[in-house]
Amino acid sequence: MKTRTFRRGGVYPPDCKHYTDKKSIEAVFPAEGEHMRYALSQHIGEACVPVVRTGERVLAGQKIADSKAAVSAPVHASVSGIVRGFTDTLVPSGNTVTAIVVENDGLCENHPGVLPENIQDESIARLKPEYIISAIREAGIVGLGGAGFPTHIKLSPPKDRVIEYIIVNACECEPYLTGDHRIMLEERECAITGLKIIMRLFPAAKGIIAVGSNKMNAVNMLGNACAGERGIEVAALASRYPQGSEKQLIQACTRRNVPDGGLPSDIGCIVINISTVVSVERAVRRREPLTRRVITVAGGAIARPGNYEAPIGLSFDALVEAAGGFRKSPVKFIFGGPMTGVSLHNIDIPVTKTSAGLLCLTQKEAYIPPEKNCIRCGKCAARCPMGLFPYDLNKYAIAADDGMFAEINGAACIGCGSCTYICPAKRHLTQSIRDAQKRVVLRAGRPRSQRGGDTEYGG
Amino acid sequence: MADKRLWVSSSPHIRSKETVTDIMLDVIIALAPAAVMGTYYFGFRAAAVIGVSVLAAVVSEYLFCLITKRGSSVNDMSAVITGLLLALSLPVSVPLWVPAIGAGFAIIIVKQLFGGLGQNFLNPALGARAFLLAAYPVIMTNWNQTQSGRVFDAFTGATPLGHLRSGGILTAVDLQRAFNGNILGSIGETCAWALLLGFAYLLIRRVISWRIPVLYLLVFSLLVPLFAWMAGRGGSILTGNWLYEVLTGSVLMGAIFMATDYGTSPIAPKGQIIFGAGCGVLHAVFRFYGAFPEGTTYAILLMNICTPLIDRFTRPGFLTRGRGGNGYSQNRF
Repeated sequence: MKTRTFRRGGVYPPDCKHYTDKKSIEAVFPAEGEHMRYALSQHIGEACVPVVRTGERVLAGQKIADSKAAVSAPVHASVSGIVRGFTDTLVPSGNTVTAIVVENDGLCENHPGVLPENIQDESIARLKPEYIISAIREAGIVGLGGAGFPTHIKLSPPKDRVIEYIIVNACECEPYLTGDHRIMLEERECAITGLKIIMRLFPAAKGIIAVGSNKMNAVNMLGNACAGERGIEVAALASRYPQGSEKQLIQACTRRNVPDGGLPSDIGCIVINISTVVSVERAVRRREPLTRRVITVAGGAIARPGNYEAPIGLSFDALVEAAGGFRKSPVKFIFGGPMTGVSLHNIDIPVTKTSAGLLCLTQKEAYIPPEKNCIRCGKCAARCPMGLFPYDLNKYAIAADDGMFAEINGAACIGCGSCTYICPAKRHLTQSIRDAQKRVVLRAGRPRSQRGGDTEYGG
Repeated sequence: MADKRLWVSSSPHIRSKETVTDIMLDVIIALAPAAVMGTYYFGFRAAAVIGVSVLAAVVSEYLFCLITKRGSSVNDMSAVITGLLLALSLPVSVPLWVPAIGAGFAIIIVKQLFGGLGQNFLNPALGARAFLLAAYPVIMTNWNQTQSGRVFDAFTGATPLGHLRSGGILTAVDLQRAFNGNILGSIGETCAWALLLGFAYLLIRRVISWRIPVLYLLVFSLLVPLFAWMAGRGGSILTGNWLYEVLTGSVLMGAIFMATDYGTSPIAPKGQIIFGAGCGVLHAVFRFYGAFPEGTTYAILLMNICTPLIDRFTRPGFLTRGRGGNGYSQNRF
């Protein structure tokens, strides 16, 4: 099978996936009495409003917060227990948001809304598009690759757009992360059924499952499973970073380019992460809301690195405990992958829908050499997948010259970090460019969803 | 688990292994064949000139950092390259204080006063060479070889170019000797194969792109027959033989090592093509119509000055808004 890839730039960081890519997904259950925190904003869009009161008993899978806004996704309890109140908490994105606190009663009592049995395959073929979209919305599904865009909105593009490609993002180009890889191996039936469900919404669309070529076992397994399926293709993509970024993925699969400031649906594409597809399958088949997700816990400091399916709302502290605690003393916690993840000073924060990984790095792994003078070698520009000049953007960003920054397309930066990774002078290019983008966006008042930096990397 | 000893930083959290020092070491390795062959042909004295120049450059860098209370930048090895390039562009007969003064000028005046590595707008070695040429024109154009040298002295006291320029005829020198470096000239510029070996190494290690050297040499060698034709050959300074013109003088040295200096050449592929072609044009004009037999120094220095302008006209956003693109395609660097 020939691997496909994007046209311009990109880097090849050591993928570090061998630590966990052979570890089966292990379910983690919260202890009785554990305080679960459900952040009211785990997605792009309006934050939710609680629909439960302090002291009320909630069941696993029960909706506890929702919003009337179009771009939003409800939040569900992942355990049964008593609502203990509301608190402000840090979330992996680095923001502080309000969360509902539920004390786990350890009974794991499911909400009656969750069906005990799967809908049969034959009935899936008869499902109406409206039913599918509403089931996805009610399940609170958002992009699990990292962006957290509500899936029911993504699957409802403007009526005048003809969707020709549904691209399932299983590149997982971030080093260390292996959750999507394990899901493909262990849940391939769910993934394929999920894709078929989504393709029912777009009769003209072809399905492409795009898998990184560093996961050939998954490529072959899915390829065999899809051999008889019409309209579904499994594609091997180069294990080149940022292959999993939306624009680069579309380019690799279809040779089409998303216009600046445009959306994939403008060129007939929808990109959806593989884990999200699996959640869609569960939501439609069993009306099961999104209350658990697979998180890769890795890094040299972790005693038992692996892929853990954790309930949303669980503290990362408890997750680390489930992974055997620390083997060495960690100096850096990264939520997500090492290229685009967020490092925080604390792991006593709750798992959210968009948490794809937790890396606990040792001093040796986390070392970043000191910043030196730019020598103008141009490697940043050669590796920029968006065709920008990071060294120039960095210069204007530091000088706070927002006019020049915008002039040389600073807004198009997707924040992938390739320039910073490759820079021999170890300059903090991505950091200053991201800051300048925020400054420009704040001043222009443009909504976040129109910027370049909203692509998913985990997937 | 809040802990005061935790590190928090912006993504990405990993970096490639390559450092500035690694790149500079690659350039030094690429220059090594030219330095060795220069010493082979011109004798021990060439090694002494190189040694003094490198030492003076490193000491100047160290002292400047010390006096201005900055962290020392000696470790990045860029001063070694400046010293080496300067020495290789000097005649072997220079008194040893010339490379010392030149290297000091290159590092302190041309490089550090403008902000150090990557901030200077002129190539330090060439800037110093231009200074030495203006200050000591006699010393800088004394091509008499020393006793220990092995150079076949077909042209007593003149480089092949000087010889041709003063009306000599191209008979005793053949291309093979020019290719091997068995001719008079600056220490590092005579042995063509050593320079080409360095070029190959730099390309393989992806330290430089092919664009500047190739365009430089291409444009230069296209202009040679053109100028020869315009001058009507007879009694002119020209051989009309482009290969011979490329192999003699400092075209190769300039195109491969001087014009590709990161700090003073454009970054965009398009800009590099303009820059290389511009160097080729100026060099050919200076060589055939200038007062000196060779024009490398001024050709490249003039293009150095144009670099910010070229950079401005070739960056994304200029005339290409909405289309994006910095000109780089599939991961070729």
